[in-house]
Amino acid sequence: MKRIYLDHNATTPVDPAVLEAMMPFFREQFGNASSVHEFGRVTRMAVDRARDSIAKFLGISSASELVFTSGGTESDNFAVLGVAKALRDKGQHIVTSAIEHSAILNTCKFLEKEGYKVTYLKVDEHGLVDLDELRDSLTGDTILVSIMLANNEIGTIQPIEEIARMVKGKGIAFHVDAVQAIGKIPVDVKKLGVDLLSLSGHKFHGPKGVGAIYIRKGTAITTYQHGGHQERNRRAGTENVPGIVGMGKAVDLAREHMAAESARMTALRDRLHRGIANTIKYVRLNGHPELRLPNTLNIGFKFVEGESILLNLDMEGIAASTGSACTSGSLEPSHVLTAMAVDAADAQGSIRFSLGKDNTEEEIDYVIGILPPIIERLRKMSPLYNG
Amino acid sequence: MEGTYSEKVMAHFRNPHNVGEIPDASGVGKVGNPQCGDIMNLYIKVENNVITDAKFKTFGCGAAIATSSMITDLVRGKTLEEAVKISNRTVIEALDGLPPIKRHCSVLAEDALKLAIEDYRKKQGV
Ligand SMILES: Cc1ncc(COP(=O)(O)O)c(C=O)c1O
Ligand code: FES
Repeated sequence: MKRIYLDHNATTPVDPAVLEAMMPFFREQFGNASSVHEFGRVTRMAVDRARDSIAKFLGISSASELVFTSGGTESDNFAVLGVAKALRDKGQHIVTSAIEHSAILNTCKFLEKEGYKVTYLKVDEHGLVDLDELRDSLTGDTILVSIMLANNEIGTIQPIEEIARMVKGKGIAFHVDAVQAIGKIPVDVKKLGVDLLSLSGHKFHGPKGVGAIYIRKGTAITTYQHGGHQERNRRAGTENVPGIVGMGKAVDLAREHMAAESARMTALRDRLHRGIANTIKYVRLNGHPELRLPNTLNIGFKFVEGESILLNLDMEGIAASTGSACTSGSLEPSHVLTAMAVDAADAQGSIRFSLGKDNTEEEIDYVIGILPPIIERLRKMSPLYNG
Repeated sequence: MEGTYSEKVMAHFRNPHNVGEIPDASGVGKVGNPQCGDIMNLYIKVENNVITDAKFKTFGCGAAIATSSMITDLVRGKTLEEAVKISNRTVIEALDGLPPIKRHCSVLAEDALKLAIEDYRKKQGV
């Protein structure tokens, strides 16, 4: 059976060129990057090269502001817990949004138990945070604002530059989870005006289990993982050299192909959207019509439930998702769609299609052809549908 | 993904039995699942104290559709006394099991059946 992968926001396949770049660092160049001998020097150089490349890609002026981690979750935890700890005496209030990834939300919930106060900003029907609410929520006690650049479920892109201007000059650290944005849209930390930024290798054709956090010089943050002196004492642990090299290569590829790819992706995404809207009644777009990732299409199919759509798609070889990979095991409707005030039943019937660079027009047309009978069959079974 | 469900569940999911409504049903059970928001309507036809027909309409996950299909199969030909004894455990066993997180889906089917029988008895004035 033909297999079509439309779940790239969950994870992406490692690019062959990335794998090739990584391979030597498992057996020949296996040295510990902290060792002084030749084995160590070779891997140290490789790590530094990756750091320089990623820093340049993100507009980071000094590569030492980039710290490697084990992925997006660690970077998010590091940012939130590290700032909360460092600024505890200044204040104990954190502002974030209701639609953040669980790596942020659950870390904030943990801090609430520790006595911190957290404001979860509302979003509008397109998933944009309310800037007035954000401005009003900042107090003398606020130490951290953490807002995602692009949402993993709906792809909506937040006005990060405007938020940065609001936060600036108040002694508040501004963190941005850019995990879903890297490789899909341009990300420049200077232009965005952020203090901290998270990224993760496996979302843009790099390997899993490696990520990074940008920490602007002068940002107060407490070390999160203690141990050796790696990463200038900011993140202990022997470097994941193959992973770091792979993520560096993935960035090199993104630098080269992102502009063309994102145009191609947008066209495919909109082709899928049109195809669905033209053949299936009672569908809605979840997410912002324009301010959205080029690869992300979240569609609500009225009167049917998401998992039964996914199972049917899976039987046809098509992989999509009902929300974030982490929450699809839970029963509650997506917290993102709920925050957007999508009706509970409609939220249950929402499917995320997230495209990647290997998807073709033929694949999209195949999906467009497969969907209508699936939805029709499920609707005939649904007590909510009178068609 | 199919691996999370048994062969039996997938078979019923792929080809659910007894989908639809019974216009002159003897009893109807309509339930919503508070945990997940899913909905099931179960229709039964009763003649001489025996369930002669059962149909369903379900808005729900794969497990909800499979349990709907299975329970409508199980009740056909049963007396009301036999039918009320059908529990969600009976349905889960008949389906060769459900993943733990999906157990509650089968409760939906049991509740709908109980309500349909209650509805019938109420209409009979018992
Ligand atoms: C927005 C966002 N933040 C954080 C993460 C976590 O990243 P990782 O899987 O590398 O831990 C993800 C991926 O699931 C994500 O989509
Ligand atoms: S998850 Fe709702 S019925 Fe199964």
